[in-house]
Amino acid sequence: MTEPAAAPLSAPLSAPLSAPLEISFDYTRSLGPVLSQFMTGLAERTILGSRGGDGRVYVPPAEYDPVTFAPPADLVPVGPAGTVLTWSWQPEPREGQPLRHPFAWALIRLDGADTAMLHAVDAGCAARMSTGMRVRPRWAAERRGHICDIECFEPEADGPVLTGNGQQAASQSAGVPGMDGRPVTMMTTPVRLHYQHTASAEESRYLRALQAGKLIGQRCPACGKVYIPPRGACPVDGVPTATDVELPDTGIVTTFCVVNVPFHGQRIPSPYLAAQVLLDGADIAFQHLILGCEPDEVRMGMRVRAVWKPAAEWGTTAENISHFEPTGEPDAPYDSYARHL
Amino acid sequence: MSDTLAQPSSGRHSSRAEHRRAAVLGAGQTHHRSKRPDVSIAGLCREAVDRALADAGLGLGDIDAVVVGKAPDLFEGVMMPELYLADALGATGKPLLRVHTAGSVGGATGVVAASLVQAGLHRRVLAVAFEKQSESNAMWALSIMPPFSMPLLAGAGGYFAPHIRSYIRRSGAPAHIGALVAVKDRRNGARNPYAHLRQPDITLESVQASPMLWDPVRYDETCPSSDGACAVVIGDQAAAEASARPVAWIRATSMRTEPTMFAGKDNVNPRAGADAAAALWARAGISSPIDEIDVAEIYVPFSWFEPMWLENLGFAAAGDGWKLTQAGETEIGGRIPVNPSGGVLCSNPIGASGLLRFAESAMQVMGTAGEHQVPGAKTALGHAYGGGSQYFSMWVVADSPD
Repeated sequence: MTEPAAAPLSAPLSAPLSAPLEISFDYTRSLGPVLSQFMTGLAERTILGSRGGDGRVYVPPAEYDPVTFAPPADLVPVGPAGTVLTWSWQPEPREGQPLRHPFAWALIRLDGADTAMLHAVDAGCAARMSTGMRVRPRWAAERRGHICDIECFEPEADGPVLTGNGQQAASQSAGVPGMDGRPVTMMTTPVRLHYQHTASAEESRYLRALQAGKLIGQRCPACGKVYIPPRGACPVDGVPTATDVELPDTGIVTTFCVVNVPFHGQRIPSPYLAAQVLLDGADIAFQHLILGCEPDEVRMGMRVRAVWKPAAEWGTTAENISHFEPTGEPDAPYDSYARHL
Repeated sequence: MSDTLAQPSSGRHSSRAEHRRAAVLGAGQTHHRSKRPDVSIAGLCREAVDRALADAGLGLGDIDAVVVGKAPDLFEGVMMPELYLADALGATGKPLLRVHTAGSVGGATGVVAASLVQAGLHRRVLAVAFEKQSESNAMWALSIMPPFSMPLLAGAGGYFAPHIRSYIRRSGAPAHIGALVAVKDRRNGARNPYAHLRQPDITLESVQASPMLWDPVRYDETCPSSDGACAVVIGDQAAAEASARPVAWIRATSMRTEPTMFAGKDNVNPRAGADAAAALWARAGISSPIDEIDVAEIYVPFSWFEPMWLENLGFAAAGDGWKLTQAGETEIGGRIPVNPSGGVLCSNPIGASGLLRFAESAMQVMGTAGEHQVPGAKTALGHAYGGGSQYFSMWVVADSPD
């Protein structure tokens, strides 16, 4: 994840803060028997479809027949050439799309199929695209049993095929480089999500106060409870919270856990002690880190104070507080925080 | 209950209309595993569906509508999987609904499916719920750290462990209660051929010797990460009476929601759960749950949630739930057997885990639970919760309609 960026200087101080949030994971798909055959076929430059209970041939194959709901009996080779049923020009390809230069998204009915498959057509320019045009697959040089083994489709009018057609490929399928003749059963699907995370107006004010070393909460006009971070509305009463309340950087640990388990995406190495810290004057705790004592010395009700990073490092983030540490004062009595558990 | 039209209700919280009878006609589930690389998500769901239909003596053609539930899409990275699953679930040409209430979604899926029958909209509805955790990493997906905040999130365990500590402090429960639950559930799971973890030889000592993951939660007190699915067929009175097999009559359902975090939220004994339970018992005509419920399948992803939910559900007074656990009353043969299937501690395909509780409760009153059958069970509870103790869904099923 990218670190929060400071607001541009040109933005007014009242503008909500915003920073990138990147989420990514390489999902591992188990294909199951039908899609395993389809992907294995692609590695061998063969495109397979399923014959449905209504006699229609579905491409890609349906794992379960849309009419009878039964798994398909046999898969049948189709294409590899086909006809464009409809298309849409993509002038500015985006991350993760099949081609880096402009192309057409097209619904392509492969020869022998009854349904159309979505893929890219590398036609050079939109003027060369037309409904009813004939296209053929361009196979990736290295294939691994993935839909991207078809790099894209290209107009048949472009001239002779260099990489062979499906019929030839099927007859050559005994020796597919890298596949060792084994069926493809898994497929990795990388997912990359790029968000711009925007804080609410109230949270932005709270974060800007943090940048100045202050802790700002808000009081609900109905129940009088103080929320930090402020919510902008009381979740119990449903009314706007407009009154800012500055809170001290001292409080108590209401409850806590010690995180010993390492995990993907972790940013603070385990073990660490994550505590619910209830600031003096607040009515809701927030989670923060406790250092400055052994984990087994941390107690419910223990009094703590914030340890701030050097002011030069402050930004609009809760991380300005490095952690909380014990003050050494007597513990708060259980009854004083029991209703905050 | 009767088939009369809705009556104006008295009391500001009881706006529920009278509804028609509904019953579970069949239930099915997969053999839950850490990885099912041999099937796709569709294939996983279909296994459960085929078993539920076989159990009900029905085919997909007998189904009028399909309700599917799963936990957040980030868990498998498939946006709106219900769209691609329609064929596998036999939903093409039928109403197909997706339900989403985080970890409680399996329970909510059962409640929504039941409501479609109780409302008289459909004769037979298929409820399906699933998770294929091996395609991703749920702890990662539950620990997305947004900008500006302290990056302290550590999955569900990191979220719930502090609240478990609060329970221990508030109730004064002895430290070994959580381990007792783990031993009981894992041994129960050994009786369940579908359970992911089957550990007949587990002991209190071995649980207490297992690594501390999120202090005070140990490894053996934590649910596994599972691939699995569950399906239930729910039918109306005519369909139930036409069934040649035992059915589980749905006596009552209940759902409640509250914010994840607010000043005054009781994370040990959440108001939404208590309110849902009170409404459920009232609806089912139950005044003393521990005396009138024969078996409970309760959503216990971390062992300590057994005593916590026993109190929240009203099986014990606040602070006393652990005493039932300690006395062995939650074992098969006890006053209130909890999770004879092994529960979430033995199998956790997250989206399916709630529906598994509902299905297992139905199997108990149908008398089809096999080696983990509670002898003579006539009335059972199925329960699920999700989010940060935010969503609650539950039902009571029985071997007779009223």
